Amino acid sequence: MAIRSLFSKKKEDGQEKGFPEGLITKCPECRHIQLTKELEKNHKVCTKCDHHFKMTAQERVTYFLDEGSFVSMDDHLQTSNPLNFPDYVEKISVAKQQTGLSEAVLTGLGTLDGEEIVVAIMDSHFRMGSMGSVVGEKITRAVEKAIELRVPVIIFSASGGARMQEGILSLMQMVKTSVELKRHSEEGLLFISIMTHPTYGGVSASFASVGDINIAEPQALIGFAGRRVIEQTLREKLPNDFQKSEFLLAHGQLDAIFHRKDLRNQVAMLVKMHTKGGVQHV
Amino acid sequence: MSKNLAFEEPVVQLREKIDELKTIATEADVDMTSEIEKLETRLSQLEQSIYANMKPWDRVQVARHPERPTTLQYIEAMCENFIELHGDRTFGDDAAILGGIALFEEQPVTIVGHQRGKSTKENIRRNFGMPHPEGYRKALRLMKQAEKFKRPIICFIDTKGAYPGKAAEERGPSEAIARTLSEMAILTVPVISIVIGEGGSGGAIALGVANRVFMLENSTYSVISPEGAASILWRDGSLGKQAAEAMRITAPDLKELDVIDGIIPEITGGAHRNVAKQASYIKECISVTLKALNSLNGEQLIEDRYEKFRKIGQYTEV
Ligand SMILES: [Zn+2]
Repeated sequence: MAIRSLFSKKKEDGQEKGFPEGLITKCPECRHIQLTKELEKNHKVCTKCDHHFKMTAQERVTYFLDEGSFVSMDDHLQTSNPLNFPDYVEKISVAKQQTGLSEAVLTGLGTLDGEEIVVAIMDSHFRMGSMGSVVGEKITRAVEKAIELRVPVIIFSASGGARMQEGILSLMQMVKTSVELKRHSEEGLLFISIMTHPTYGGVSASFASVGDINIAEPQALIGFAGRRVIEQTLREKLPNDFQKSEFLLAHGQLDAIFHRKDLRNQVAMLVKMHTKGGVQHV
Repeated sequence: MSKNLAFEEPVVQLREKIDELKTIATEADVDMTSEIEKLETRLSQLEQSIYANMKPWDRVQVARHPERPTTLQYIEAMCENFIELHGDRTFGDDAAILGGIALFEEQPVTIVGHQRGKSTKENIRRNFGMPHPEGYRKALRLMKQAEKFKRPIICFIDTKGAYPGKAAEERGPSEAIARTLSEMAILTVPVISIVIGEGGSGGAIALGVANRVFMLENSTYSVISPEGAASILWRDGSLGKQAAEAMRITAPDLKELDVIDGIIPEITGGAHRNVAKQASYIKECISVTLKALNSLNGEQLIEDRYEKFRKIGQYTEV
């Protein structure tokens, strides 16, 4: 579950020197320079090449849910340092300051085109979206809430995998989250997993892969082992599209890839098709 | 890798010295009983202090010992009439995971476990016990089969991890592991998992959603290998020893963290020193645990498993 190798060397935020900060953004894929305001209006998708920039959890809330509908849950859960790992506490407090989040996932209730749902939105800007005890617990509690309210769960994944500094406790969050989602599933409730760039390791090998419907954004890197780890093992070059969503779709591992301009509407439609219910036998 | 490990070198040397003395005593026909006795007392004291104070890195070495007993060896020592069943019915048969039905104290059980090889040739065939997706799919198929016929399931965990390869990624290791985790959650039969060697990452935990999880005394169970952790955290893969300590990967660590239910003691010096005896310790543990779990019905077993994993994790609520 190598985290380091997942993140491209390209400068993701694309800020250009010599301009007032934040005014313009350069696309890391096609080098196109665009007004940040235009980019944001386009849901952070490059206006020239369709590159999907990473979104923060807050940006996802604004983009995805009905305006003003989101109610955050479990922000009082705070990361401790169960293994007394050196520097861990400091790293977490830096990440908190940088992102304004309490941990690498934001969970809560909201409505999507009027449909009540529970969402969990991971943010790779917080310690590479890695999953430790708090991330696992927040997702599990969110799913419990969905079972209680009998509503669908939608999870946006963005993670390098398990959090090293919590050791085995991080690994066990894979079980905890998957088992809770199984309970939700056994209740006949809908889980849509939306994998965004990047989704790897312990997140990809647990809740992110067991959606009733598994969706990804275009060109997102999704896999179990990191590309660099595989290259070191095989000593051979991997194809360019390796572990991209299109590669996964071609290998039967995804239900669909939705462009960000369609994602919200398509997922809203899927939710409606499920809440409407199936055939009533008489 | 030599058969003896660095940390146990003093014991080995003293044992050799005693053997030498015994040979001399026999050949020269002199009575050296008291000298030998003295040395043997010292040996047992030395063994005590060395093996009772094993550092995490020492345990990693024992867990990786080339002679360390494998799943198949334990099955053969514990059970009668093991019949191996192959394949995931979809793609292939992964030799890195072994499964089948056996009689355990006259009770039919399904056993699934990672399988390393003992020789280089067998290790290549078994991919060093590192499964591809079809291995997990076979494991799950056999567990479902066990459930249908109300057989308890015993899992042996012994892998460095799921194989990180191109072909593996094409077939969805994430989905295979995730599916196994979530389906094991709702099995209506008792499930016992025992970490017998290395329990590495997602590839290990996929056989670990059990009602009771045990570890052999010198096994390890971790989110990543010590070397992997060192290279990610400190950008230096040679700091495995330090990472082994910081990551808390030994059986006593996991017991303290409330992740496992118990530790199965090992033969002094490691399981490889006496496979039959080690197998009898494991057998005893399974026997007692199965008796306890057999009193639970399907629903209770699911609930029991749920409660076990639901509470794992440490955080504060403010
Ligand atoms: Zn572009």
